[in-house]
Amino acid sequence: MREISVREAIRDAMAEEMRRDESVFLMGEEVAEYEGAYKVSQGLLKEFGPERVVDTPITEAGFAGVGVGAAMMGLRPIVEFMTWNFAMQAVDQIVNSAAKTRYMSGGLLGLPIVFRGPNGVASQVAAQHSQDYGAWYAHVPGLKVVAPFDAADAKGLLTAAIRDPDPVVFLEHELLYGESGQVPDGEHVAELGRARIVRPGRDVTLVGWSRGVSLALDAAAELAEQGIDAEVIDLRSLRPLDRATLLGSVQRTHRIVSVEEGWPSCGVGAEIMATIVAAAFDALDAPPQRVSGADVPMPYAAHLEALALPLSETVVRVAREVCYTDV
Amino acid sequence: MAVSKPMEGGTEDLPTLPNLETRSSASPEPKPNGREQTTLGLPPDVLLDIHRRMLLLRRMEERIGQLYAMGEIGGFCHLYIGQEAVAVGMERATRPDDPVITAYRCHAHMVVRGAAPEQVIGELLGKAQGVSQGKGGSMHMFDPARNFYGGHGIVGAQVPLGTGIAFALKYRKTDRVCVTYFGDGAISQGQVAEAFNMAALWNLPIVYVVENNQYGMGTAVDRASAISELHRRGESFGIPGREVDGMDPVAVEQAGQVALEHARSGQGPMLLEMKTYRYRGHSMSDPALYRSREEVQRVREERDPISRVADLLVQSGVVNAEGLKVVDREIRAQVMEAVTAAQAMPEADPTGLLSDIYADGS
Repeated sequence: MREISVREAIRDAMAEEMRRDESVFLMGEEVAEYEGAYKVSQGLLKEFGPERVVDTPITEAGFAGVGVGAAMMGLRPIVEFMTWNFAMQAVDQIVNSAAKTRYMSGGLLGLPIVFRGPNGVASQVAAQHSQDYGAWYAHVPGLKVVAPFDAADAKGLLTAAIRDPDPVVFLEHELLYGESGQVPDGEHVAELGRARIVRPGRDVTLVGWSRGVSLALDAAAELAEQGIDAEVIDLRSLRPLDRATLLGSVQRTHRIVSVEEGWPSCGVGAEIMATIVAAAFDALDAPPQRVSGADVPMPYAAHLEALALPLSETVVRVAREVCYTDV
Repeated sequence: MAVSKPMEGGTEDLPTLPNLETRSSASPEPKPNGREQTTLGLPPDVLLDIHRRMLLLRRMEERIGQLYAMGEIGGFCHLYIGQEAVAVGMERATRPDDPVITAYRCHAHMVVRGAAPEQVIGELLGKAQGVSQGKGGSMHMFDPARNFYGGHGIVGAQVPLGTGIAFALKYRKTDRVCVTYFGDGAISQGQVAEAFNMAALWNLPIVYVVENNQYGMGTAVDRASAISELHRRGESFGIPGREVDGMDPVAVEQAGQVALEHARSGQGPMLLEMKTYRYRGHSMSDPALYRSREEVQRVREERDPISRVADLLVQSGVVNAEGLKVVDREIRAQVMEAVTAAQAMPEADPTGLLSDIYADGS
């Protein structure tokens, strides 16, 4: 094991897969000479050259489509979006071309491609640069949607995504890039589609992904001091959703709170609630609850932004409510 | 890959191509011996092959139109009738290992690439042995084994896809070229301009073919494009373009050869504007009230690609009128056999509903 940042873990996964398989290449804005707008692709141009680390013009719809076309020919493109906000320009290629082609072709044509980049809230960049797209892509059959929290998963899940025969939307988080964690030495491949119990507990299940796990863990530490033993689940994959792990946890804790940065309406938390209520209604001792971003475009001013974000304090409060400790 | 090279702009530096009209008019003398060269400079068997291939597309699409009218085909159905010279001429210029991609008017492109008509018709009928097992329908047909990559329903979206195919061909250091078709309506999509830019910037091996059938659905080209010479729409990227008589399969083939050689020799993309015409509406539900019956009739009489080649075959003595009827009867029988075979296929399997979403079968 060695300690590296999430940023380095993502870079290492790409570099190792590019060494292993010459059909893997990276394309996107500023990925080569600038080494990534968030310095994720440091050293890749030097090692692999401009044919495999390709700077694109600012042309998201175009280069996402070029990536999908290259995947039709059996290459394994890693398409970086500077942020997922800009991928809105490319959503037609991600959904209509990448996600649906295998089905529309009756299985004749599969697309091994990874779309990746930072997702979720950032700091005071306002409405068009600060948004969680997890629910948007998790809605789409044909896509796999992955959102790592720690460095080990960033490496293991991205390695699995690059090797996967289907299109994978890989949601990173700007505010986690600098976080460090222990990563296994050598090849490290995680399984797509499996949630992980990060902290076992008896009293209430807190489920998040990406930076939501950080909020849940902070809340669990605070709750422990107040005598509530919270279980924290890192979803890791939004599609497929690991319903078995969620249901198993609720069978033990009988209470659940979801944590997400995105908007509440039709969000991932809503899907989790529906799953729990439909399949584990009798196991519940309290209504399942969501903590999410506020139902507003992200404001700029710091004090307004703080009001729009999910906070660990909010998770603590809602967890206490479902445990009926404040009644 | 980020190596740019100076591009040759404009269309002036390419040789002028002869076309059917000018060359056939120069040849008054019928040649009774079918083995002799025609006035086109093409061997008779080549002209016969072109005629047969176009006629197969025509008769197949006509029959598909009838099946649609009878309610056996549902949804959207865009027929290729009138545009046959483009698919046949380009296919003759293209190597079998050159990938081809197009939009939703794709039945003809499937068949010229070598797919069996019964598989295409089977797909339209929603059958289990349709090319896409009944999951794609008229607009979504693929045949990667024959280097055909669809069959795409979002106007213009196949242009970045074809550009990505060309990217892969260059990445793999092959000498193959991708032929990417789109319509006159698609040329104003932002994705198309984005793709042109990358293809020129990276010098990709691709031939863009705009099938200008004069109407993007019901909107005439001059009501949709600021300039009506669509072959010039690549100029700002340094992509050379040329206008081609898309109702002349020989002109199409020769322009295709020039463009494919241009791309294959490492000179980057080229844009061919095929001036063609569709006789039917945009789709089966379109009565085409935006143009006159006289306009359609005039094109049919004066420019129909199949009639032009047939006339030439007769003029040059390769076949007589009776011989053409025999060919037509054979092709009609071939289409009827394909329809019968497709109708006999089992319905698409309900278990297919949930398969082919992911590689593991789920």
